[in-house]
Amino acid sequence: MSAPVFRNPVVRWIDYRLPVFTFLNHELNEYPTPRNLSYWWNFGSLAGIMLVTMIVTGIVLAMHYTPHTDYAFESVERIMRDVNYGWLIRYLHMNGASMFFIITFIHMFRGLYYGSYKAPRELLWILGVVILLIMMATAFMGYVLPWGQMSFWGATVITNLFSAIPFVGENVVSWLWGGFAVDNPTLNRFYSLHYLLPFVLVGVVVLHLIALHRFGSNNPLGIDTKGPQDTLPFHPYYTAKDMFGLGVFLIFYALVVFFAPNLFGEPDNYTPANPLATPAHIVPEWYFLPFYAILRAVPNKLGGVVLMFAAIFVLFILPWLDRSPVRSARFRPIYKIFFWILVVDCVVLGVVGANPPEGTWVVIGRIATIWYFLHFIVLLPLLSRLERPRPLPVSISQPVLSGGGYAPAPARAMDKA
Amino acid sequence: MRWSIFGGVAALLMAAGTALAAESEVELPERHWSFDGLFGTFEREDVRRGYEVYRNVCAGCHGLTLIRYRELAALGYSEDEIKALAAEQTYTDGPNDQGEMFERPGLPSDPFKAPFPNEQAARVANNGALPPDLSLLVEARAGGANHVYGVLIGYEEPPADFPLKEGQYYNKYFPGHVIAMPPPLSDGAVAYPEGVEATVPQMAADVTSFLAWAAEPTLEARKRMGVKSVLFLIVFTGLLYAVKRKIWLGVKH
Ligand code: HEC
Ligand code: HEM
Repeated sequence: MSAPVFRNPVVRWIDYRLPVFTFLNHELNEYPTPRNLSYWWNFGSLAGIMLVTMIVTGIVLAMHYTPHTDYAFESVERIMRDVNYGWLIRYLHMNGASMFFIITFIHMFRGLYYGSYKAPRELLWILGVVILLIMMATAFMGYVLPWGQMSFWGATVITNLFSAIPFVGENVVSWLWGGFAVDNPTLNRFYSLHYLLPFVLVGVVVLHLIALHRFGSNNPLGIDTKGPQDTLPFHPYYTAKDMFGLGVFLIFYALVVFFAPNLFGEPDNYTPANPLATPAHIVPEWYFLPFYAILRAVPNKLGGVVLMFAAIFVLFILPWLDRSPVRSARFRPIYKIFFWILVVDCVVLGVVGANPPEGTWVVIGRIATIWYFLHFIVLLPLLSRLERPRPLPVSISQPVLSGGGYAPAPARAMDKA
Repeated sequence: MRWSIFGGVAALLMAAGTALAAESEVELPERHWSFDGLFGTFEREDVRRGYEVYRNVCAGCHGLTLIRYRELAALGYSEDEIKALAAEQTYTDGPNDQGEMFERPGLPSDPFKAPFPNEQAARVANNGALPPDLSLLVEARAGGANHVYGVLIGYEEPPADFPLKEGQYYNKYFPGHVIAMPPPLSDGAVAYPEGVEATVPQMAADVTSFLAWAAEPTLEARKRMGVKSVLFLIVFTGLLYAVKRKIWLGVKH
């Protein structure tokens, strides 16, 4: 980690006074990274690239968009039809949001599987959950901007949730709306915030990365790196791997943008907002569906809202719910099973959220909701006490380089062997 | 074990898909459209005939306000033809230098003129029902082109004792089967060029193609760029893979 010597004299002059080049070299070039990262570790950099993509396409859209209830819908159609490559910019932005959520969800499940939220990465994880919350707020407000039927009715349904707050609920809602219904003031403030929040996101992502670089990435074995034999410099090894992953992702992104651009959208949003005509089914964007299902699983409005927020807030305390000292599910045979059940449970919640709250959907939704909380609040603490993990390798390089060398498993409170 | 879970998830998603599809109640006619698929394009002949159907039949009730006359150039209409088509309508413009509004014939830069000045006027003329603007209808319905085509060919005698009020019609492809639009098409309603018979299904298919074009005039550009981009990305990603392999060669991991 000696100070690098830059060949270019201008770079050297600047770096002496403002060590940005030393910083970049340290964090992006020689940054020691576990040598055994799998492709599941590609999704963090993909998320970063998506964030930049959203900001760039968003700024171009903002040059042509009109935030007024009378013109918003048509201004979006003018972007689609009259602006050069406007259709491309808009489809990239619209589907970019879905891509961003797909990537982030995979990124988070990776963290759950490999125990990346455990000490010393608790704050890194918590910043990730903050990122998720800001992403959701941004996406929700963005969806309102084209002012189609789903924009309007989605905004109405979601903002109305706040009326469940005891005593001041109604006041809070009209404060959010800036009036007595979702209307022009609402659209204007949502536009303002939709422009602002991604930059807040950039700030939190920087903190996320600072926290990441403090201890470096976790890895599929979930054990700490013990020296240079366990790591590789980030460049060229992981830059090359991330670039290849980016290529694969871009193929998928391009297929959606060019051949099925409305795949994730609702046809109703191509009808201009009409406060007098309620659509038959009001469904939020797909990435909100699991939370929507939890909201509707509770017969009481306030209870539903509380539970929906709790579903995210439980992730904040996750590092203290799962006390098992072993990070990676590879060495936790029972946790591994429950991990996959949780994945299925979240998909089931998503499906329930997409269907009308009738008949068996209600029952399935309730069971899946109960399981979700059971997993985090009951099973994880229990598992950390009861489960007997498999023996951990001594170091990353050992099994990798010599194919052996396992340390005895840490002593467990309830050793059934 | 992992794969069986993926399989289970996939099965669930498919089940959910069918559950969602079941909601739209009616089974739409499946038709192959020239603009479907990776290489889809609009058949200019079909779309032009479709425009004639729209202009002569549908325009009496439905607006198409997102399209301007000059955009017809994309369908192969000449500048003079477009000027003549636009001039068939009168538009209010102004104020002039006397401060007065005046009437003038349409110009190629004008949007298609809506048939009614406002929603109330449209409802009064249609038994209280509102004929929607058709600019985006193909995008705004889950069935897309098949939905529009289905509605146009779906008129039938209602089953015995099916309750229909005055001004309502039975349509087997319209959700709920009750529609307020009188059957708009009848055989020979529009003068067709030599060699194409103006049957109801033919006119319905043509006007649907036209409406699909109107809903997304940039569809062809999108698909063309898509084919090129994806081909490029596949080659480029292959190269990136080779680079990655080369760099990692000899690294144990
Ligand atoms: C006499 C007036 C009239 C004419 C002519 C007419 N329509 Fe309609 N159309 C209506 C009305 C009224 C509705 C609303 C029906 C309802 O909501 O039940 C409607 C609805 C529709 C719908 C919407 C179906 C839906 O999914 O909501 C389509 C598509 C449609 N018309 C296409 C056409 C086409 C294409 C033509 C020309 C071939 C045409 N219409 C001619 C009056 C008309
Ligand atoms: C805008 C969204 C996000 C961006 C840009 C982002 C970026 C990154 C990057 C570049 C990495 C390092 C590479 C990698 O491990 O893939 C990383 C690691 C990490 N992120 Fe995120 N992230 C985002 C959202 C989240 C969310 C929502 C969470 C979870 C709540 C999260 C949790 C983590 C954790 C725990 C790590 C360390 C993982 C490990 O090393 O195992 N991130 N993030």
